[in-house]
Amino acid sequence: MELQAVLMAAGGGSRMMDLTYNTPKPLLPVGNKPLIWYPLNLLERVGFEEVIVITTKEVQKMISTDPKVKLDVKMKLDLVCIQEDADMGTADALRHIQQKVKTDVLVVSCDLITDAALHEVVDLFRAHNATLSMLMSKAHEFTETVPGQKGKKKTGEQRDFVGVDGTGKRLLFMANEADLDEGVVIRKSIMRKHPRMHIKTGLVDAHLYCLKKSVVDFLADNKSISSIRGELVPYLVRKQFSKSTNSPKVIDETHQNLKKNDSNISSRDEELLHLTQERSCWNDHRGDMSDAYHGGRLRCYVHIMDEGICYRVNTLAAYIEANRLAPKLFDEPAVHPSAVVSERCLIGADSIIGASCQISDKTSIKRSTIGVSTTVREKVKVTNSIIMHGVTIEEGCNIQGSVICSNAVIGRGADIKYCLVGSAQRIEPDAEVNITYHYKSITYNNCHKVSK
Amino acid sequence: MADCGAADGPVKKDDIVRAKNEGKELTKEEKQRLRKEKKHQKKQKDEKRPSERAKEKKPVAPSQPVATQPPTQKAPTVLPASAPIPVPASGAPSHSSPAPSPADKPAKSRAEQKAERRARQDADRASKQQSCFSSSKTKAPPSELNPVVKRLPEHVQVDDPAVVKRLAKKLERQQIPLRSDYGYKVSLFSHLHQYSRKAPLTQQLSIPSTVIHPSIVRLGLQYSQGIVVGSNARSVALLHAFKQVIRDYTTPPNEELARDLVNKLKPYISFLNQCRPLSASMGNAIKYIKKEISNIPSQFKEEEAKTKLQKCIDCYINENVVLAAKAISKYAIKKISDGDVILVYGCSSLVNHILCEAYDKSRKFRVIVVDSRPRLEGREALRRLVQRGISCTYVLISALSYILPEVSKVFLGAHALLANGYVMSRVGTSQIALVARTFNVPVLVCCETYKFCERVQTDSFVSNELDDPDDLMVTRKGKTQLENWHDVSSLGLLNLVYDVTPPDFVDLVITDLGMIPCTSVPVVLRVKNLEQ
Repeated sequence: MELQAVLMAAGGGSRMMDLTYNTPKPLLPVGNKPLIWYPLNLLERVGFEEVIVITTKEVQKMISTDPKVKLDVKMKLDLVCIQEDADMGTADALRHIQQKVKTDVLVVSCDLITDAALHEVVDLFRAHNATLSMLMSKAHEFTETVPGQKGKKKTGEQRDFVGVDGTGKRLLFMANEADLDEGVVIRKSIMRKHPRMHIKTGLVDAHLYCLKKSVVDFLADNKSISSIRGELVPYLVRKQFSKSTNSPKVIDETHQNLKKNDSNISSRDEELLHLTQERSCWNDHRGDMSDAYHGGRLRCYVHIMDEGICYRVNTLAAYIEANRLAPKLFDEPAVHPSAVVSERCLIGADSIIGASCQISDKTSIKRSTIGVSTTVREKVKVTNSIIMHGVTIEEGCNIQGSVICSNAVIGRGADIKYCLVGSAQRIEPDAEVNITYHYKSITYNNCHKVSK
Repeated sequence: MADCGAADGPVKKDDIVRAKNEGKELTKEEKQRLRKEKKHQKKQKDEKRPSERAKEKKPVAPSQPVATQPPTQKAPTVLPASAPIPVPASGAPSHSSPAPSPADKPAKSRAEQKAERRARQDADRASKQQSCFSSSKTKAPPSELNPVVKRLPEHVQVDDPAVVKRLAKKLERQQIPLRSDYGYKVSLFSHLHQYSRKAPLTQQLSIPSTVIHPSIVRLGLQYSQGIVVGSNARSVALLHAFKQVIRDYTTPPNEELARDLVNKLKPYISFLNQCRPLSASMGNAIKYIKKEISNIPSQFKEEEAKTKLQKCIDCYINENVVLAAKAISKYAIKKISDGDVILVYGCSSLVNHILCEAYDKSRKFRVIVVDSRPRLEGREALRRLVQRGISCTYVLISALSYILPEVSKVFLGAHALLANGYVMSRVGTSQIALVARTFNVPVLVCCETYKFCERVQTDSFVSNELDDPDDLMVTRKGKTQLENWHDVSSLGLLNLVYDVTPPDFVDLVITDLGMIPCTSVPVVLRVKNLEQ
């Protein structure tokens, strides 16, 4: 077997607590499908037949019991549960399943929505016999207004500095602004080997990694590494250029140990590989006297997507953007066949209506997503909004640019602009709610503006 | 003879037709007969009139005479498939080929009998002619007993849609994706494949590749991206990948390793061929490995067989690549004297090895490396030689005639040596040899014997390889001149990989068997075949 897929679905969604305090992040509906469906669909399209899904008990329970959460995938899902309160990082989770990992792994995060051609990433991994191969994408500005935020907030997230070589494929440098004290520090050994480096900051890390099996074994020995993105990847990128003067690189040692455990055949194979490289007149760089790859055994590659969809749904803004673009990723009809839609309503072309909905007369739904089993009564105007499952919207409401979570009830005549209404909340009739998060169970006496 | 054949004909045909109609399994003999019939009819179809060959089930006027006779006596004359009753050649011990065509309607009408008689007369005439002339027509289909007539390989018949369809069907059967050609092909080379490097074959494969072994997928990628380049490197990498395949192989129940493993390797070879056309050295390596696998005695257990095969592969590489290089260096060093100026072209692993060995043996010489676009492989050769300490000069091939007066010898590597003494090597080699001959500079070709192949070629058009035409685009100062070459309808980019050098330009071939003239290549081949 060549690659095993591992889907990390145990994250808490710490950057969008408003949405995830009630629904776990992997099951948030995006385009009326649970978020976890998108990476699973990606893996299925590419040809994987089984996936190891690392998730929490809560998610596992909801997947198996809740009828609204239908995963619709033909692959075999091997669900591994970890404790929610254990605060495990992604690397810890990988260490947890070390016994199940038999070959190289492809680690995907559950919040990745992309239509990337995965073969580009895997081809880099195969052709150069790389230790790490990852996917990144040029970041797009989010254009939608985020409910609860006045104006466009500057992303407080720290930038990532990614250094690639002249071809744009080899990963030379990776650091997050948070880890750098004053400036970007690049070692001379890197500059000597790769005099031309392009440093990019506007890239989104898709959290899709191809890792060699020896890396997983290395993680098992080094328990101090707990996050793949935060610690493991920068470590591997640095290790490409570290000198092995006194002691060999730790990863090399694991390479060598593994090779010793196999019989003599592996050592002969190494010789043959060496002979091939010697006789082949190819070099990945030119201008200096060193052999291909500068004789280094550890190589990290990155594939940077120029066009195409690639989103990580870990903030509210990304969630809203993803809802806009998700319908492009699958061919299902916009209006679910089981939805009851009356003829006198106006449904825009870019809206999605979920299954078993009831849309009454004289409603207007534009650029919105209506979840499963939602009831929308007469004369409702929904624009630019995301309505999740089981919501009831009474007559005459006007919902604009908002996110209404599951099982909420919006009273008659309410006017909601750029708000986020939490799960199972009630908005009293005739409320005017503007730019707020409504997730506390405070009932308002209304007819006055409620703003943040 | 003919009568009994004819009499049997309808009966057997009846059986087959009945069996087919009832959907029952045909027996083994029937299947064999059917297969032979089909093959025969296809051959007739190909060389005779291409049109009215109706399908087997369609009835056509039976008065169609048989056109040309197959030359050999043994090959039976077969009526067009439309006529219900085929007639075997008279006097031919019918080796069950004149099987009844599985056409419907076994009823013998008068017209059909007439046709039968006419065919018999034609067969008699043909056999008489055959005994007079005894020269086989080259276009005739080879019978089972005359295997010397070879077919054109499929990869040089890309402009023939029938061949392309056949290839597509074969690939579909083996579950290998078909790689599509790219860009406008220059008309003189439109019979060859031309692929784009940006469209690798892996985008049509599933990612954890199950149909094809992962090491073969990796190898195919490395071939198509140019990471493993050079005849020796490609063969060694191929054998290395085969070792992995053999190691991970388990014999399915009720199968023999000797036969099943060969069948398993066939789709892998097709896949590698799609990624990049196989080289002659790879072809020979594959022949060797197939022979070794089929010669595994059936009483060997699986583990023993696998270990034996791994050892054979190691042995093959050791003998033909490593030791051969040592032997060739020994001979070649005798030809290098102090004060020599040696010209090399491109990056040949063997020539680099020779020069490094000679330098280690303290010969004093300097090297001129000639390079050419678009591959610019000479830069890598230059790096390796300079790293050793050899003093080198670097020129492009356009400067060849200016630099040749300084040169005392030319060392060239070869991709393959053909049976008529021609040297197939990187494009540009024949130029070097030609100009060197004009300047009376000796040209020495270094080539291991496992690269000798039985093909015969006198020009570089018939069989060659077309590389990605986009490699010819170059960006200088931010401008790429040929960026929109697709839009110019009269423009075609040609990126040839190989060319053939006639033996008149080559003075000596240094092989691991010794130093031989170019014309002795067929002798070496004959000796090798005898050994096997």
